[in-house]
Amino acid sequence: MSDEVLELSATQMDALKEIGNVGAGNSATALSQIIDRKIEMNVPEVSIVPLGDVPDLVGGPDAMVVGVFLRVYGEAPGNILFLLPKESAFYLVDTLMGKSHGDTKNLDFMDESALMEIGNILAGAYLNALFNFTKLTLLPSIPALAVDMAGAILSVVLVQLGQMGDHALVIETEFLAEEDGIRGHFFLVPDPGSLDTILSAVGVE
Amino acid sequence: MPELIRVGMADYKVSRGPGIIISYGLGSCIGISMYDPQTKIGGLLHIMLPDSTQSKASENPAKFADTGLPLMLKDIVQLGALQSRVVAKIAGGSQMFAFANATDIMRVGARNAEAAKNILKKLNIRLLAEDTGGTYGRTVQIDLDTGVYRVKTIDKGEKEL
Repeated sequence: MSDEVLELSATQMDALKEIGNVGAGNSATALSQIIDRKIEMNVPEVSIVPLGDVPDLVGGPDAMVVGVFLRVYGEAPGNILFLLPKESAFYLVDTLMGKSHGDTKNLDFMDESALMEIGNILAGAYLNALFNFTKLTLLPSIPALAVDMAGAILSVVLVQLGQMGDHALVIETEFLAEEDGIRGHFFLVPDPGSLDTILSAVGVE
Repeated sequence: MPELIRVGMADYKVSRGPGIIISYGLGSCIGISMYDPQTKIGGLLHIMLPDSTQSKASENPAKFADTGLPLMLKDIVQLGALQSRVVAKIAGGSQMFAFANATDIMRVGARNAEAAKNILKKLNIRLLAEDTGGTYGRTVQIDLDTGVYRVKTIDKGEKEL
């Protein structure tokens, strides 16, 4: 196998999971403060899956989702994708904009802007925590948003990995605000060359 | 209901009609159908990248236009299609996120479409129709009974190629 991600040891996988935990924990706190709701978070999953199977992690390639995408620059470049099922994104907009639950039926310019800002804040919180943990400087790009099929949105990230191998390493966390019916998936997908940098920064060779 | 055969990302399937081969949620990827109307034998290939020589060695030729297309053609001919009758249609190749400073990888959709057309030309396969570009995802399916290539989108309607 040419894929370096398939050669990761259990210790290395644990280290990546811990990185996801620290990052996502900080993001969940930030999100909770913005919308003033309790946010639950699953233990991050570190998955190494064939590229074609990644869309199944969020309900299949034709699931309608809202995706906020940020490129990560710096010492360990990669991509961040915050994916919400369409209804969840609408509920989140309701909460953010002080509308009643169920009011949002379509995303207008302001709604999209608000969701991008959420992506921005989550990514910033995540990367900040990563910095405290690894001392790697990581900077997010400005966010971009798309409302479309999950497969189409994920392909943006997957083609970059596709040049290097046939498998994707994704660090994924699910956020839940149970009462509001909001759930989202936060993905950190390091570029293949960044894995070594991240792992040695936390002292796992 | 005719049989529904699903094709994932970086994959292809060939079969004989009646039947439908479908691939969901293409973004910058391209779905390329090949079809021999006489024998109703055809296939659908879902490529991610234009050129295998610009990437690390892969165990999966269906990932690239230059290696995937000859492979699917060979399988179709092996099933009994006549190469000179085989026609192709392509769809996909969008740019999902528009960044001002779009890097090469962001424009991979356009490069995919270009590569697919070049390889088809090299293989002497006639391209009958295309629906590429834009900033939205597509689900594509080929009906092996009729050769109709259907392209579905979320809010840009549905097309028959």
